[in-house]
Amino acid sequence: MSRIQQLFARKKENVLNVYYTAGFPALDSTLRVLEALQANGADMVEIGMPYSDPLADGPVIQQSSQVALANGMTIAVLLEQLKEMRSRIQVPVILMGYMNPVLQYGFEKFCAEAAAVGVDGLILPDLPEYEFVTEYGEMVRKHGLDFIFLVTPETSEKRVRRLDGLSSGFLYAVSSSSTTGSEKNMEAVDAYLQRLKSYDLKNPVLVGFGIKDKNSFVSATKAANGAIVGTAYIKTLEENNDVNSSTAAFLKNMLE
Amino acid sequence: MKTSYKLPNKEGYYGKFGGAYIPEMLHPNVEELQSRYLEIMQEPSFKKEFEEMLRDYVGRPSPLYYAKRLSAHYQTDIYLKREDLNHTGAHKINNTIGQILLAERLGKKRIIAETGAGQHGVATATVCALKGLECIVYMGEKDIERQAPNVARMHMLGAKVVAATSGSKTLKDATNEAIRDWINHPTDTHYIIGSVVGPHPYPDMVARFQSVISEETRKQLLAKTGSELPTKVIACVGGGSNAAGMFYHFLDEASVDIIAVEAAGMGLNSGLSAATTALGKPGVLHGSRSIVMQTDDGQVVEPHSISAGLDYPGIGPLHAHLFASGRGIFLSATDEEAVRAAFFVARNEGIIIALESAHAFAALDQLTLSKQDRVVICLSGRGDKDMATYMKQMTMTNQL
Ligand SMILES: Cc1ncc(COP(=O)(O)O)c(C=O)c1O
Repeated sequence: MSRIQQLFARKKENVLNVYYTAGFPALDSTLRVLEALQANGADMVEIGMPYSDPLADGPVIQQSSQVALANGMTIAVLLEQLKEMRSRIQVPVILMGYMNPVLQYGFEKFCAEAAAVGVDGLILPDLPEYEFVTEYGEMVRKHGLDFIFLVTPETSEKRVRRLDGLSSGFLYAVSSSSTTGSEKNMEAVDAYLQRLKSYDLKNPVLVGFGIKDKNSFVSATKAANGAIVGTAYIKTLEENNDVNSSTAAFLKNMLE
Repeated sequence: MKTSYKLPNKEGYYGKFGGAYIPEMLHPNVEELQSRYLEIMQEPSFKKEFEEMLRDYVGRPSPLYYAKRLSAHYQTDIYLKREDLNHTGAHKINNTIGQILLAERLGKKRIIAETGAGQHGVATATVCALKGLECIVYMGEKDIERQAPNVARMHMLGAKVVAATSGSKTLKDATNEAIRDWINHPTDTHYIIGSVVGPHPYPDMVARFQSVISEETRKQLLAKTGSELPTKVIACVGGGSNAAGMFYHFLDEASVDIIAVEAAGMGLNSGLSAATTALGKPGVLHGSRSIVMQTDDGQVVEPHSISAGLDYPGIGPLHAHLFASGRGIFLSATDEEAVRAAFFVARNEGIIIALESAHAFAALDQLTLSKQDRVVICLSGRGDKDMATYMKQMTMTNQL
């Protein structure tokens, strides 16, 4: 069982996955943020690999990516920073990013090295199903990584089932068709999550995009196994660069 | 059987380039297009309306003009395909007419577009006005400044122009913003991409709409010379739509040299360039695998060209394949060479050409041409929008 699967075997409700951008707010804050998230109750962490053209992201994550790139973050630097993480970090760690930097790094080399430092899974939103099936999926599996596909309220049942079948770890339910960080109608989100639940999928479902506080977290996790929060946390880090105090305050607010 | 250079495979690949590298949020929009574009484009009613609009509204066929003084200067035969004479002043309208008819048949109510030089924005605003559809054009902040006349035209046509303020504030970023808008509007919006870039089916769809350029050229050459085939066709390449249109019906004619001209900016090694095939590597940008200008870490770099329409760090997958397979010859022209070519054409043929098109003309100096050659250059657009740049040049050289 992968570390992600172990988490869901133990905890089936209110799983909190927090996203942040590697190298933000400072180049060397990556590990400190990870530790602070674990210490303050995050169940899982998704580390964004900054990219110059993040198509699926709204202004807040775009901005954090720009800052991280200006700070000197690259895939090579990130993997180096994560090298010793498993001596202190027990929560599952997922890398999220876009295809182009990963292709430049070398897709298989990336999978091998990520797995070697203890990364558990990948989210690459612009890696399409066809290319995953015909080319890249095998490399991901070979190195024992989970791969998480996204679905949206517009994704047909047939396609949800196919993407669930290709995913392992969990399925990422985007709360509505949007870029990250936009406002949501939580009632519509709930209806959509109820529908996903009725499909009785292979993977647990985490909902993301627009989860920003305790209310939206509680509402989102009624029908899903948990939620992913990103933009709201990045905003907090932006406002208070002291990683420990801002992370503690943010997660206290989310979880209590 | 030898495969055609013209067509991608079912997944949208030209050789190793193409595909649809899109986040799931775009899937409904892109899937709808993939499954319907060919069927719609083949409907007799669509074809009829497209042809009528190109004839009566755009003014097609555009003339194929024998450029006498240019021919004499280069000691060869040079023909200009006059896309500058189209309504709105460039080839871009061939594509926007096609896509607006398609959008109508898909029941879309809201149209978005990106634009660099503003020619595609104007062509999109024009067809939206014609059809009474809402139009939002994303344009880099830097391009809004340097292409002010086209911004005013879009406003006059009733479009909303939204400044892209991220990244390099040019065409790449305007495209990002348009794609983000499309993600946020999964059902009612059609995105009219302005070049042969983007996820499948855009490169194929836009190439088909622009292919009227070479379709007409064949007939016009036959009438003028007794042969349908030139020896060389030349076009500038930003994303590559005028080039795709100019090359299309010659791609599978081995005797025709296919010559694409990119923008070298301040020079290939200056760090300020937009010559994608010379400086780029395979990568993914704006939904397709192609050749992309990028750092060793895979971050897309900010290109530079004096011409806003060529200021783009990628190239359509069709062209990436022409480059990689050797079918196409890829040249580049600097800012300075393009400006010089524009003045040369103005003073020898009486035509003020767009800065983008000027790159294609600048390539004439790099070719070995003979009396036996029949060269067709795609004159993709007129230079009205570039008068500020041309005036600056004349001020600098004391001609004003
Ligand atoms: C006159 C003209 N030519 C060429 C281009 C470049 O686009 P493409 O390479 O798609 O033809 C533009 C783009 O704005 C243009 O306005």
